[in-house]
Amino acid sequence: MHVTLDQDRCVASGQCVLAAPEVFDQRDDDGVAVLLDDLPSSGLHGEVRRAAAVCPGLAIALAES
Amino acid sequence: MSTPGNVVIVGASVAGLTTAVTLRSLGYGGRLTLIGDEPHTPYNRPPLSKQILTGTWEHDRIKLRTDEELDALDAELLFGRSATGLDTVRERVLLDGGDSVPYDSLVIATGVTPRSLPDAHHLAGVHLLRTLDDALALRADLQRRPTVAVVGAGFLGAEAAAAARRMGLDVTMIDPRPVPMRRQFGDRIAGLVGQLHRDNGVSMRCGTGVTRFLSAGGHVTGLELTDGAVLDADLVVVAIGADPSVGWLTESGLGLNNGVECDAACRAAPGVYAAGDVASWYNEHFGARMRLEHRLNATEQAQAVARNLLGDDLPFAPVPYFWTAQYDAHIQAYGVFPADAELAVLHGELDNRHFVVAYGHRGRVVGVLGWNSPREVLKLRQLVADKAAWSSIEGSAPLVGALVGAFGPGG
Repeated sequence: MHVTLDQDRCVASGQCVLAAPEVFDQRDDDGVAVLLDDLPSSGLHGEVRRAAAVCPGLAIALAES
Repeated sequence: MSTPGNVVIVGASVAGLTTAVTLRSLGYGGRLTLIGDEPHTPYNRPPLSKQILTGTWEHDRIKLRTDEELDALDAELLFGRSATGLDTVRERVLLDGGDSVPYDSLVIATGVTPRSLPDAHHLAGVHLLRTLDDALALRADLQRRPTVAVVGAGFLGAEAAAAARRMGLDVTMIDPRPVPMRRQFGDRIAGLVGQLHRDNGVSMRCGTGVTRFLSAGGHVTGLELTDGAVLDADLVVVAIGADPSVGWLTESGLGLNNGVECDAACRAAPGVYAAGDVASWYNEHFGARMRLEHRLNATEQAQAVARNLLGDDLPFAPVPYFWTAQYDAHIQAYGVFPADAELAVLHGELDNRHFVVAYGHRGRVVGVLGWNSPREVLKLRQLVADKAAWSSIEGSAPLVGALVGAFGPGG
């Protein structure tokens, strides 16, 4: 799984951090999401899918092979 | 219950589409029909009152799915079609063309319809804002650099006013309540929202209603207000709230009191569910019936409905989340914000506009609201999830006088 994050679409809701804290964080000043790991291990794929599905800004894209 | 084989979803915005996507991702392989009354493929609404209005984004940017992704859903997509009735005995949705679609499970996700004012909307220059077409029409009119009046100072009105100010236009905001967003946040925080708009050059006419629209040659020219003042305006945004879109369900036999009445699992009747802005359901976390017009709820409730439809049958009991972006203020809130709640500052200071406040009700923390404090409010959300005792947030400085203030009706 390859994760991409479009920070321009991000609405800083932090839902990705709630869903997958090992893969996403937030910037201190404006809360915009930060991608910690663009190739998460398979054990995290479920969390990352939940993060992408719930993101209200449609900022997270997944490419699954 | 048995697994459905023919699911029909009425409403093709976030809640309807998310139900469809979630059903497929959970392995549902039966028939799937998605009906939406707008001609566009599904899109995301929050940018309509922000980036779309100011012209920062083109509308392709807000599509919820690409055409290829919609194809991959393997669903019958009936866009630009309206449901006109529901026959729960024969299990059919009636459509505007006189035809009907059979179902064995139905999801109602028809959202809300903006309220309008009498004797106003036939005039050129008077706008509602709900759909992409509404936003594009309003944007085109704003680009003519009109003098703008916004009637209604809730989320949508306040965001529209901020967008118009960002475009450098002369803006007046009018609301019968004494401060903007009072119903959402209570008096103290709403007062800060009012100050924010004044600081950014909006003329605030709070505590004032509109008695009459003035016009010349079929175009709006101004507003007469309840205090007798006459305000020049050649563009008026009417943002006075919205009502659940349930007109097509009048004969259905479903409970329709402020939306489609559902149980804790979002079920309105056997095999019939509702999700998103139109759904009224019992949220067990708060022990209260709710209907939310929030973007995240549309997603989360649709996901819950898809799971329940396939047999989970679990209560949907979220901590609600909403946000609004106006000028440099990013306000984020988790939970509920009752009229008689107490307030306590948990982080920062109200005066420097970086803070988190907690809302307490009946001895529990029921809501937290952050103003330009995204990381902190996300952490403090846990107090709401845990139903923390109000007495446990010792050390914070409760606001003197502490009542959040009365909520007004509607809006």
